[in-house]
Amino acid sequence: MPHARVNDFTIRVATVNGSGSQSSNLVLSNAVFRLGVPVAPKNVFPSNIEGLPTWFDVRITSKGYRCRTRDVDVLVALNATTWRDDVAGVKAGGMIVHESAYPVSGETQRDDVTYFAVPFTEIGKKNFENGDLRKYLVNMLYVGVLAELVGVDEATIEAAVKAQFRNKPAAVETNMNAVKLGIAYAREHLPKQDAFRVERMTGKTDGTLFMEGNRAAALGCIMGGCTVAAWYPITPSSSLCESFIALAQRYRVDPKTGAKNVAIIQAEDELAAAGIVFGAGWAGARAMTSTSGPGISLMAEYAGFGYYAEIPGVIFDVQRAGPSTGLPTRTMQGDVAFAYTLSHGDTKHLVLLPATVEEAYAFAMEAFDLADRFQTPVFVLSDLDLGMNAWMSAPLPYPEKPFDRGKVLSTADLAKLDTWGRYRDVDGDGIPYRTLPGTNHENAGFFTRGTGHDEQARYSENPQTWKRGLDRLVHKHDTARTRVPQPIADDAKRPIGLIAYGTTHHAVVEARDVLREDGLEIDYLRVRALPLSPDVASFIERHERVYVVEQNRDGQLYGILRTELPAHLIGRLQSVRHYDGVPVDAHAIVEPLQAAEREPSLSTE
Amino acid sequence: MSTTNVNIIGLARDVYKGLPTTLCAGCGHNSITNHLVKALYEFGVDPHRLAKMSGIGCSSKTPAYFVERAHGFNGLHGRMPSAATGAKLANRDLLVLGISGDGDTASIGLGQFCHMVRRNLDCTYLIENNGCYGLTKGQFSATADAGSKQKNGTVNDYGAIDLCGLAIELGASFVARSFSGDGKQLVPLLQAAFAHRGTAVLDIVSPCVTFNDHVGSTKSYAYVKEHEFALHTPDFIMSSKEIEIDYEPGTVQDIVFDDGSHVLLRKLEREYDPTSRVGALQIVNETRDRGELVTGLLFVDTTAEDLCAREDLTQTPLAQLNENDLRIARDDWTKLTSP
Repeated sequence: MPHARVNDFTIRVATVNGSGSQSSNLVLSNAVFRLGVPVAPKNVFPSNIEGLPTWFDVRITSKGYRCRTRDVDVLVALNATTWRDDVAGVKAGGMIVHESAYPVSGETQRDDVTYFAVPFTEIGKKNFENGDLRKYLVNMLYVGVLAELVGVDEATIEAAVKAQFRNKPAAVETNMNAVKLGIAYAREHLPKQDAFRVERMTGKTDGTLFMEGNRAAALGCIMGGCTVAAWYPITPSSSLCESFIALAQRYRVDPKTGAKNVAIIQAEDELAAAGIVFGAGWAGARAMTSTSGPGISLMAEYAGFGYYAEIPGVIFDVQRAGPSTGLPTRTMQGDVAFAYTLSHGDTKHLVLLPATVEEAYAFAMEAFDLADRFQTPVFVLSDLDLGMNAWMSAPLPYPEKPFDRGKVLSTADLAKLDTWGRYRDVDGDGIPYRTLPGTNHENAGFFTRGTGHDEQARYSENPQTWKRGLDRLVHKHDTARTRVPQPIADDAKRPIGLIAYGTTHHAVVEARDVLREDGLEIDYLRVRALPLSPDVASFIERHERVYVVEQNRDGQLYGILRTELPAHLIGRLQSVRHYDGVPVDAHAIVEPLQAAEREPSLSTE
Repeated sequence: MSTTNVNIIGLARDVYKGLPTTLCAGCGHNSITNHLVKALYEFGVDPHRLAKMSGIGCSSKTPAYFVERAHGFNGLHGRMPSAATGAKLANRDLLVLGISGDGDTASIGLGQFCHMVRRNLDCTYLIENNGCYGLTKGQFSATADAGSKQKNGTVNDYGAIDLCGLAIELGASFVARSFSGDGKQLVPLLQAAFAHRGTAVLDIVSPCVTFNDHVGSTKSYAYVKEHEFALHTPDFIMSSKEIEIDYEPGTVQDIVFDDGSHVLLRKLEREYDPTSRVGALQIVNETRDRGELVTGLLFVDTTAEDLCAREDLTQTPLAQLNENDLRIARDDWTKLTSP
């Protein structure tokens, strides 16, 4: 008998999509969290409404790791079609709770795992008369069974059920009855096990929230003053706008008159959504759209217009696996290079790279300030993993600063000026001044265009004027290098460094621990925005070898680094890439690093 | 100051002029620009409230040629309706005037056009319709009639998209057709469009003198003059003015807009009721089958809710709201985001 694993194991629930298992899995995750034990839920789901296999991992992790793990310790098997593969995926020493009708023989009979057969279907038929509800309640049965097996008490489960159904109090009792049936069945019929236990902890989850990145970003949009939102439904970004809609309905409507201080338009496509954003940004509103890769492909035309005509706008790209339609319900950091230079010609955008729920919120807010300050499109590149999974998060701070509306000339400002030029670099930072339509002054108007223009916004094909305009835009972009969220480094002057960004961060945290235990200490810098801060080059300057870890096939940040870094630093970089559609885990970083470090001379160019 | 040389808001006509045109001499679009200057001047549009928006093409250059001091937005090919939507939502006080062409609207921009109409965005939307792509040297557009000929003799095999018929079908609240050469009809229709709350679609046939004004074209000056079928003679009466025109009972239909202004439609040879959507579709189809070009106010519904109203937008332009208006209060925030 192996010694007990307390608060450090992963439960995988294998079910069929559309069976409502998401609620059960969130109840389970939330119950563990309520015991003070850090938990990292990961939903790996199909592009389908009903019928295809879906998996949900509840990683119980006393150290507070937030990334996925490939190790499955406890399997809840409720999908006959994946039964064989699911059994094979369980780690030796693990346990399997399964529908008792599934055969345990041949390949599914392993002698290094423990089986707990439960007649879920039969219990469901016997106890849940309503056929429509039955499939949902069967899922609550396994919550009860697991709770009993790993030691989560009924009161904690009940608190989690109440939280899950806070908007449907009537559902609490029905669901709790199912949980209780599960507990009772396990008590009566299943042998006790103590290989995997959950025990109350203190000091690990205090004050911590449990939230999806998309909701956090929506909160950031509300607090960042977004008043115009345009969107086209697309997985995995829809819940960002839907959260925004729900928040706006509650906090942006005058309770007396019903008047709204927000406009939310479901557009006919993503390009129209972008057009609404840049039209609104031109007229002075803080506007955003939210989409995923296929959407930014369509938005490319307006992104270039926003860049060249210098119009603020915020575009959230909750990245999913591409190319093309790709895997709509799987994750990737696949749009970094594309978003950075989205549109034809020489185009460069500001790109924010949140890694956490806190950053999804803070960067969403920041994006509106940056868009107004730099009069340009700002991309916030989240991903499916951050956007759609629930994460533990520190509390979201109330913003203390007023909006930064950037360089906007008012009627009073214009009254003091004899002349002004829309595209003149008056302050030497590459950022010109603008006026908003509706400004009551005879000099306020100017002509916004995507065609060549001079400092007065007049049409021009003059070669010097055209080049001067492009050079100023680069200067503006360079000004942004130190104004966008700066990298965070843990630099103890070790010879080896690692660079990552976005949700890859969470696997890096665990990978560095694993490598440290293996005797390899590495420094770490997390890039949080493009254009690159000068700190990135100086970090690489201080290290002999730097691994660039990211979740795409082509090493997109690695490519940007190679383009922008001084030549003598490029040879120090090595690219580590993960791109199977599921979130990167620590081993996907540990293994290539260990292999490379065994023969470092071969690994760098 | 003499009041004879200024309009109702005290501005001289010159304020409504723009930069010199860069279009070909004799281009129908230049006539439309002149009619627009007159219409805007007489209507007393405040230049700072005017947002001139356009797509790409010859037509879309014209916002530079009138009311120079107003804000202009020369956007993307076929994608002006979305930008106009954003601008109006950001500042509902703006008078949005969109200028497009037949390629810009009927081909590349058909989707955005349809959805703008469907949402009833409050704007005036002009289509300077010459049946061809002038700026790329005369290719057929999607409003070119089947059988119509290019200068080099190439015959168009595909049927035209009738933008008026389409707009009526889509539920548009204001649809008119006119001709660049008919200022008497066009100016009152433009003013009625400014007064209308909702999308006012004006399809204006505007011959391209360089590429589409020859024998065999159905968008030439000569062809339009020969085949025009005018429904009525419109007169626009500002809300501030008394109706002083004498007319026989039953000869005039009076359409009253939200702001109290009127368009009086003086009947010509037959009865026509522009408040009937079915009747409007019928006349569009009948005249097309006869090879005629129907002009006038084809359809109007002054009661339709525009986008800003339907979205219950606050009266203050959204662009003017600040953090005190837009952030969740601190107490609510704590409740909302507590673990």
